[in-house]
Amino acid sequence: MSDKKPKNVFVEGPITSEFIGNSIAKHQTKTSIGAHNIFLGQVRADDIEGKVVSAIDYTAYEDMANEKFHEIREATFDKFNLTCMHIYHSLGKVKVGEICLFVFVSSPRRKEVFKALEYVVEEIKAKAPVFGKEIFEDETHQWKENT
Amino acid sequence: MQLNIKYFGLIAELTTCNEETLEFSEATIADLKEVLVEKYPELKTKDFQIAQNKEIVSSNAIVSGEEIAILPPFSGG
Repeated sequence: MSDKKPKNVFVEGPITSEFIGNSIAKHQTKTSIGAHNIFLGQVRADDIEGKVVSAIDYTAYEDMANEKFHEIREATFDKFNLTCMHIYHSLGKVKVGEICLFVFVSSPRRKEVFKALEYVVEEIKAKAPVFGKEIFEDETHQWKENT
Repeated sequence: MQLNIKYFGLIAELTTCNEETLEFSEATIADLKEVLVEKYPELKTKDFQIAQNKEIVSSNAIVSGEEIAILPPFSGG
């Protein structure tokens, strides 16, 4: 475990395709990398008893979440041979079809990134205190629960 | 002792505040749960976890006076 301070994982609003594209481009100088793997969480227009989700409004216990993201990062580096890893999560309103979670892992070899990415995403879902309020087209809402 | 308690998501909606300070004189997290349920009876029917100093704690943990957070089920990602 390193003693690095937790980074801030949160970004306000949706994660744009420009941001994701730029993030990929920045790795062109890291020439020991042979494989990237990317997870993009997209807000789904769930139909719940006849009402359709139009957006999710995210809030978080940010201090604890950033610590948890940091612990997940450290554990993932311990388990897998990764060159680098980036995690971004939205706060505030993200409309259906927009991206709310961006996880990016890179390694010299492909097998590591396939395993590492699944591990990171499942850990985030289970351990990060982030709360999604599903807003329906009629402006009513319900609180989402990860399954 | 004075406890600073933060509420999130569904729980904050139910308490109608994001944060408050409560006077607490018992010992454990289970005692704190009782105090909270008495103040907010609707909590009884809700699923939540308690974090102390940013770590999830069990009912038999001792209340230390550090920051408390009441967390509904997570739904990130």
